[in-house]
Amino acid sequence: MWLALGTTALVLLVLVWELARPRLRGALARWREAAAERRLQAAQSGYDPGRERRAEQRARALLRSCVDEDAWEMYRDLGFLRVWGGLGDRGHGASYAYLIYPHKPIVAYLPQTGELLNEYCVAFPDHSRPYGSARLPDSDDVLAKWMALTADERHLIAEANMHLPGRQVDPERVRRDLLRLAGWERQRVGRADSLPAA
Amino acid sequence: MRLLRLKPGHGEIVLAEGDVEIPEQERELIEAFRRELDAGMWAAVPTETSGGKREAELVKSFAEVPRDADRVIFFPRAAGGAPGTSL
Repeated sequence: MWLALGTTALVLLVLVWELARPRLRGALARWREAAAERRLQAAQSGYDPGRERRAEQRARALLRSCVDEDAWEMYRDLGFLRVWGGLGDRGHGASYAYLIYPHKPIVAYLPQTGELLNEYCVAFPDHSRPYGSARLPDSDDVLAKWMALTADERHLIAEANMHLPGRQVDPERVRRDLLRLAGWERQRVGRADSLPAA
Repeated sequence: MRLLRLKPGHGEIVLAEGDVEIPEQERELIEAFRRELDAGMWAAVPTETSGGKREAELVKSFAEVPRDADRVIFFPRAAGGAPGTSL
């Protein structure tokens, strides 16, 4: 009986395989065509994920060498930078601040209340388009915004397109980021307090 | 002093490197600096305040670059972005 069942199962398997084979072949051929198409598109646009990754690594190292250690850790841990407005820091009475995201508008807000003020839409397009793209690596975009803001805030803001909050950056996301930032800063203060005095 | 340029798909590249106290090298630095400004780049010098806070300074000519600066970073000039563009 087991022999009969086994034989039947084997015959069934072979039948199913024979029925499914043309479809599987078709699917495999379509998958190969799509992969070739993707490779062709990548070659035409000059996009190379490995090169982009290396570019971003270089950009991160440069950003780290330019900004304060705290700011670098903020970017590394949270994915954005905060810059105090008014060419001063909070201790000197800065009443507003900016959040710098890679390839997104700069968001101005009130640190005291968390109220979002404006979005400043600004880009640094390289029209020579090396490798087919005008976009700087993420961390270079952040560095360019940081340098322009800390060097000449008024000029950068004048060049930017100003919009009300929510035009491009989800306000809920920004509020969540402000909460994350507050938590991150509390954690750092806690860690610093727990260190033995030198 | 090194002149660096931020570049899509690459990160920074070194445009020129030299000692500003050596006239020939300074001349090369000045020429490279002018080329980038003529190409529409902005130039920034990373600096540090006396309190240790790091900032940047935008410069419009080589004469404005502090003599002891170790690098000048060129990047494409800012343009107001718009929804759906390369932001």
